[in-house]
Order: sequence, then C-alpha cells, then structure tokens
Amino acid sequence: MPAEIKSKVKQVEFSENSYLKKAKSFFEEAALVTMFCGRFFKELVKPPYEFAEFIKQAYLVGYKSFPLVATTGFIMGLVLTIQSRPTLATFGAESWLPAMVAVSIVREIGPVITALIFAGKVGSGIGAELASMKVTEQIDAMEVAGINPFKYIVVTRVMAATLMLPILVIAADAIALYGSYIGVNLKGDVSFHLFFLKVFEKLTFADVFPATIKTVFFGFAVGIISCYKGYNSNKGTEGVGLSANSAVVMGSLTIFIMDMIAVQITSLFSK
Amino acid sequence: MKAETIKAEVAHLNKSFGSNKVLLDMNFKIREGENLVVLGKSGSGKSVLIKCLIGLIEPDEGEIFLLGENVQDLEREALNILRKKVGFLFQSAALYDSKTVKENLEFHLRGSKTKSKEEIDQLVLEALQNVGLEEAIDKMPSELSGGMKKRVGLARALMLKPELILYDEPTTGLDPITSKEISRLILDVQKKYNTASIIITHDIECARITANRMIILKDGKAFIEGTYKELSESGDEWVSSFFK
Ligand SMILES: Nc1ncnc2c1ncn2[C@@H]1O[C@H](COP(=O)(O)OP(=O)(O)OP(=O)(O)O)[C@@H](O)[C@H]1O
Ligand SMILES: [Mg+2]
Repeated sequence: MPAEIKSKVKQVEFSENSYLKKAKSFFEEAALVTMFCGRFFKELVKPPYEFAEFIKQAYLVGYKSFPLVATTGFIMGLVLTIQSRPTLATFGAESWLPAMVAVSIVREIGPVITALIFAGKVGSGIGAELASMKVTEQIDAMEVAGINPFKYIVVTRVMAATLMLPILVIAADAIALYGSYIGVNLKGDVSFHLFFLKVFEKLTFADVFPATIKTVFFGFAVGIISCYKGYNSNKGTEGVGLSANSAVVMGSLTIFIMDMIAVQITSLFSK
Repeated sequence: MKAETIKAEVAHLNKSFGSNKVLLDMNFKIREGENLVVLGKSGSGKSVLIKCLIGLIEPDEGEIFLLGENVQDLEREALNILRKKVGFLFQSAALYDSKTVKENLEFHLRGSKTKSKEEIDQLVLEALQNVGLEEAIDKMPSELSGGMKKRVGLARALMLKPELILYDEPTTGLDPITSKEISRLILDVQKKYNTASIIITHDIECARITANRMIILKDGKAFIEGTYKELSESGDEWVSSFFK
C-alpha cells in the first residue's frame, strides 16, 4: 500500500534528524507560548471584561481544589515534623522543631507541593476541557457568534489560576502548620499557643513575602500553559488526552524551573 | 433597493490542507432572499467552503464577500460585528456542554442590542418552539439525543433572525418527519424574514423543499448549477445519481 510506504518513509525521515527536530520544535513552542502570553495580556486589558465567567472559574479552580490541597497540606506538615524530629533530637534541638518545619513549609515545600498538585488537578482539567471544546467546535461556535473566545475562555481561566493559587498556598501553609502542631504533640507536649509562638518567632516577612509572590507566577504558568495546550489542540479526540497530559508535564516542569530562579533571586536580596 | 442584492460571494477560492487540494477555483454568489443548496460527496469540501465564508478557515487564495464586505480585509472587531448578522449551524451542532440549552441560546445574544430579560426569555422560548424543543429548555446538551442537539443548534442559529444563514446539514440524523418539519422551517424563515441561506445537505427531500438554486461540488469546483428541476432531470449520470 502506498499509504503504508509513505508513513514508513516519514518515520525514517523523522528519526534521522529527530534531535534537530526536537530542538527546533522546542524553540518553536517556546515562541508560540510567548506569543500566546502576549495575546493574553493584550486581551486582558481590553474591555469588556468577563467578570461573571471569571468568578465562576475562580470558584471551580480555587474552591473545588481546596479539599485536595488541604489534605495534602495537613499530611505534609505532619509527616515533615515526624521525619525531622529524630535528626533534631540527635542535637538535642527538639525545641527547634516548630520553627524549622514552619520555615521549610512556608518558604519552599508549601508553595511547590501545592503548585504541583494544582498543576495536576487544574492544569489537566483546563487542558482537557479546552481541547474538547476545540474538537467539538465550541470555540469555533463562539467565533461565529462574534464572541471573542480567547477572552471568554482563556483570559478568565488564566486569571483564576493566577489569583487562586496564592490563596490556596496560604491556606495549605496554615493547615500544614496545624498538621505540624499535631506531629509535634505525637511525641511531646507543646501547647497550641507555645507552638505558634515559636513558629512566628522565626518566621519573618522575608520568608513569607517572596514565597507568596512566586506562587502568583506558578499559578500564571499553570493557567497559561494548560490553556495554550488545550486551545491549540488539533488532533481530534486523541488530542484531548494529549493536551491534558502535556499541560501537566510542562506545567510541573515550569514550576520547578521558576522555583529555582525564584530561589536565586531571593537569596540575592536576603544577604 | 437594488433589484438584486448579493449577500455573499466567493471568487476564485482556493484552499488546500497540505497536499489535499479541497477547493480549486470555487466561485458562486447568493442573492437576497435566496436558498442555495449545496450538494457534494462526503469530503468534497462543503463544510470547508462555508467555514471560509465566515472566516473560520483562512483560504489560500481568492476573495470572499459577506454582506458586502471583504471578509479577509476586516479587523477582528469588525468581523465580529459582521458575524452577528450571520447565522451558522455547525454540522456537529457545537453546543456548549457546560451550559444548559437555555444558556446556550442566551449566550449568543450577548452583545447584541441590549435586551431586557423578558425579551430574551421570549426570544429563547420562541426559538425553541420553532424546533419543537421547548420542553428541553433546562436540559444539558449531554442529556439530548443527536437530533435534538442538531435542532438546538438550529434554534441558536435562527434566533437572531440573521440576514444570511449557513446551514451545515440541518436534517442529518433526523427522522423523516422531523426532517420535513425542519425543511419547512427553513422555508418559513426565508419567506418571513427574506433571509438568504446556504444549505448544505445530503437529504434530497430537504433540497427539493428548500432550494431555489442548487450547486453540486466536484473536484473543488461548482460542477453544475441550476434549479432542483434542472439538475434532477440532468442527463449527466453522476449528477442524476444524487437524486436517486
Ligand atoms: N482542519 C482541517 N485540516 C486538514 N484537513 C481538513 C480540515 N478540515 C477539512 N479537511 C479536509 O478537507 C476535505 C473536505 O472536508 P469537509 O469537512 O469540507 O467535507 P464535507 O464536504 O463537509 O463532507 P461531509 O459531507 O462528510 O461533511 C476533507 O478531505 C478533509 O479531510
Ligand atoms: Mg461537512
């Protein structure tokens, strides 16, 4: 069959310079995402604004993720405390436990773990939803009705993700600290009051502020990447799964990369 | 008013997807108040043609005029304004699955001249009654059958009483009785509002009822053009095979 031969030839061609192709497609994609971001900011500032849809998305993205984020936050605080205790005990520094756990949660673990969970839940959701809207021509239907789909679909979701993740992280941090309090009390006796006294003795503005700012960027990254993946899906039903999948993979990777950069920047300022 | 107003015109339209040449030098016009039926084999580019017309697909070459304006020259905003005057029924109905039937219809009323809530409700109900689906008003699209979705899509396209309506297979997937009702509805809308319509269909009965003029696509061109009677009595074997 000629079609079969054709696809074989294609495969060979592809594998011969697949590294080159990969590199090329990586840069192409980076350029396309940048352009997508550009369009986002352009549409963001241009009235009319889609407030009602934004509120709906904020509810879906934020409120609906809360139980998951709260559970992981609690476990995170509890486990981290239990795991850190033996090390600190070797130095006889168990009284440092609340402060140490608090600093690691607020500065690093809270934002990153919550953002990753968020990328998994919200990123895949948005990626799949937009891709299926694309496949079933719902995005085209908005176009022909003279409604700007980018504004209605993308801008609202990206804004919701950007603004909801910081709130979720703050909530997760608080719940993690509560988990830590319980962890401390599994093998000791520290009053609630004393625990939080110790926590806030060590926790400074310089811990909280940069950590919160970076979550804004994490949220934006998750929103924009998953919207990009979904909005540009074009492989039919298969593309829906693909979009959801690559939204999560690329979103999670971007979170780590951004975190690395954020840590460098904060450490520049903190000394 | 001129004796003959052209509502849409396509001139020398070319469109290919990679090596797949779908439209090759396609030409046609549609006049005010006219129903133009487009026939053609599956994959002959009928859907692509009307998507080019509304600006969803960018043609490779050629010119497209819609309600007197050149679609390719228009800025986004101007195109959106123009699109509100055109009704479009998707082959797949393309209902928003996160919205109820009512919300699906209301959504397309946004931005059109500010109407009161009562007026909107009235308009939505009327549109649904036209397609016989007023009882499905609060259902989600996932709860509807294929034919019901199609009819909701139709209601959505007709709701704003557009000057030009593009129907992509309005009766496909419907039973013969409903098909006939829908064909009559298309005819009614034409009579009542003097709208021009392009009707893509495989349903020869629908074509017979609605067509003022027909074209048949072949090899990316309008292969033959004429009234239903002319084409059905055509000597060409390929053409007459559509009418069997
Ligand atoms: N987005 C696209 N990308 C690539 N090829 C496409 C695309 N849309 C349509 N085609 C191709 O264009 C051709 C015409 O498709 P089109 O959907 O217009 O057919 P049709 O005449 O509407 O058929 P049907 O009666 O089955 O609906 C097909 O060969 C199809 O493969
Ligand atoms: Mg089609």
